[in-house]
Amino acid sequence: MTDKTSAPKSSVTRRTTLLGMGAATGAGILSSVSPGFVRYSHAQTSAPIKLGFECHRTGIGASYGRWYERVARAAVKIINEEGGINGRPVKLIVEDDGTDPKRGAEVVEKFATQHKVDAVFGTLFSHVVVAAAPRAGELKMPYLVVSEGTHVSSGSLNRYCFQPGITDVRSQVTSVAPWITQNLGKKVTMIFPDYAFGYDHRDNLPPAIKAQGGEVVEMIAVPPTETSFTRYLPRIPADTDVLYHIMVGPAVLTFVTELGQFYGSQRPQIFGFIDSVEAVDLSTPQLSFLDGTYFWEGMPRYAQKDQSEWDKFYRTAVGVNENGASIADPKDIATYAHMYGVWETLFTIKQAMQTAGYNGPQDKAKFIEALEAIETFEEGRDHPQGNKIFNGKNHQVYGHHNISKVEGGRMDVVHRTSIEDGMYEVTADYTKMSL
Amino acid sequence: MRSENTIRVIALHVGVLAALFLVQFVLPDYHHLALTRVMLLAIYAMGYNMLFGYTGLLSLGHAMFFAAGLYGAGMTAYYTDLGVPLAFVIGIICGAALSLVIGVIALRTTGVAFMIVTMMFGQVAYLTITYFTDYTRGEEGLTMPTSARSFDLLGLHVDLTNAVQRYNLALGLLALTLLVIFVVVRGPIGRVLIAIRENETRTLMLGFDTFRMKLGALVLSGTISAMAGAAYGLMFAYVGATFATIQYSIEALLFTLLGGAGTILGPLLGSILMFYIIDITSEYTQAYLLVTGVALVVLVLFFPKGILGTIRERWLSWLP
Repeated sequence: MTDKTSAPKSSVTRRTTLLGMGAATGAGILSSVSPGFVRYSHAQTSAPIKLGFECHRTGIGASYGRWYERVARAAVKIINEEGGINGRPVKLIVEDDGTDPKRGAEVVEKFATQHKVDAVFGTLFSHVVVAAAPRAGELKMPYLVVSEGTHVSSGSLNRYCFQPGITDVRSQVTSVAPWITQNLGKKVTMIFPDYAFGYDHRDNLPPAIKAQGGEVVEMIAVPPTETSFTRYLPRIPADTDVLYHIMVGPAVLTFVTELGQFYGSQRPQIFGFIDSVEAVDLSTPQLSFLDGTYFWEGMPRYAQKDQSEWDKFYRTAVGVNENGASIADPKDIATYAHMYGVWETLFTIKQAMQTAGYNGPQDKAKFIEALEAIETFEEGRDHPQGNKIFNGKNHQVYGHHNISKVEGGRMDVVHRTSIEDGMYEVTADYTKMSL
Repeated sequence: MRSENTIRVIALHVGVLAALFLVQFVLPDYHHLALTRVMLLAIYAMGYNMLFGYTGLLSLGHAMFFAAGLYGAGMTAYYTDLGVPLAFVIGIICGAALSLVIGVIALRTTGVAFMIVTMMFGQVAYLTITYFTDYTRGEEGLTMPTSARSFDLLGLHVDLTNAVQRYNLALGLLALTLLVIFVVVRGPIGRVLIAIRENETRTLMLGFDTFRMKLGALVLSGTISAMAGAAYGLMFAYVGATFATIQYSIEALLFTLLGGAGTILGPLLGSILMFYIIDITSEYTQAYLLVTGVALVVLVLFFPKGILGTIRERWLSWLP
């Protein structure tokens, strides 16, 4: 792996540079007397640990952001009720990035330089992560994303970026491929969005299917601006055993409706990623065609018969009922399959800060090293989705995934992958980058 | 009187640049970083204003020029070892070439048709970026490699991760843009452009080649916008297709309208105000875009010529 983003940092600080320049202009005097230079005082040991939540409150990621924020508040509440981190309360500071990469980078700068937080977490959409990550690295701000993208695990970001709360797409795809070929069929056709998130699937599924003796017979990329899919569906080969789809966004209802019209009662097996229908009610009439199809889920939206006590606790804490909807408003469907990542990320931050004896920004390097030293997470209240393995080199967590079948307007888990199913050879090593 | 006004105008612009230079010594860190971004966006809006404010051509696809600079520079820096300065120049050349081609085609239309044609070309530019996602990484974008975070030029080592150096680079580019626009709009060409804006037919009858003048304005406008894009991508280490969406074309229009179309400093003022309106209101409400929209409606009702445009109309007639 090449170190692309850990630029050598000048030992000359902004203050000293400014003073040097000011010597020529007389502005150095101004700088020393102006109230504008009054800085926030260093956090005292009793001061709260400030965590910045970069939230998609508005924009295309708003349905995720709304639930991610509820989860973050629930987790911080528990952490504070239990004494905070290292005896210090946790203060959650939320900033909306509009699911916009430009604003996302600005928000990271705001967290680092205005709010002066100890870490930033919670970003989901890949383009926001990729835009904000370089600034996080250059500002030496720990940046823990809940994004699924392969940008962290592939080593394309920097040492300050972590994904400890949710697995990446490559792991997800790799883990479900054996079950697909063994249970649904060996000839797979992919329909995916023609942008980077879809490409993560496009690039990783074919080799995973091939390794199981199967074959991806057709890959159909659909432009993100498309509102109708009828012209793409005839490209699905007639001998397709499994249709693999990842259609994210509001067009999913149209996609499923048109798929139903195209196939009628005679259809291949269908496997999709829950990303398509997160926050969408499965009893929506347009989704009736999905009955009998399968979805990948990080955490099962519907409470299962063998529901763990941790899922029960977590579900209640974040205000979700047994059907994956808000307890307060059953029409408000949660992004349940993904949002546990925020919960687990926050408890990971707590764990690493306690290990590092974190007492303020001066301990950021220790905090990073403590995160990198984590090897496993045990299933429990802090990690209700299941036990996991964390790779400190590529800063990525690996865990179980669920394959659920849609029946009668709900989903039930038919298979849970092992952690090993989703492991792959890791080449990235952020620990070689300087702190 | 004329020379007195010239002195006032020069003093005002030099004063603004001096204030921007000095303010960095007193700004808290966040606002220091924010103002760096705002100055680059202001350059983009000043380029837009060249076409809209002075020539009277309302483009809804200007983000394509910003993106041409962004990708021209960013992809050169990402995929080659040519270095940051050359990548920056290539970004500008990409914007100039694109604006020339778009201008030759789009300037066959006027008014609403011009708006629609530029919007369509803007959409084509965005889709082209996403079509070549294998190279551009589409909407996800690319982060600049370490090699593109610093460079040596004329014996100076420039570190783009250094906030002070970045700020002063942005200020230098803003000063250059101000100078170019000042010289153009205060000179004979500027007067012809304003004449085209006010009455193109009459300008044509006076013997001016209005197509060529408009093409020149569009190329200058696109090139300045591309320079802003190239600088933005290189300084903040990220290029992405989002910057080519119509939202960013509209932003340039809003910055210009808010500050005052047809005023040299209007886009700068509009960029600063718009940034802080969004930055501050988003802390308090998710409906910050609604607040922004209401602010703009109020502005159009009471200050239809923008802030500086209204000030010029009512109090300071010498304001360029």
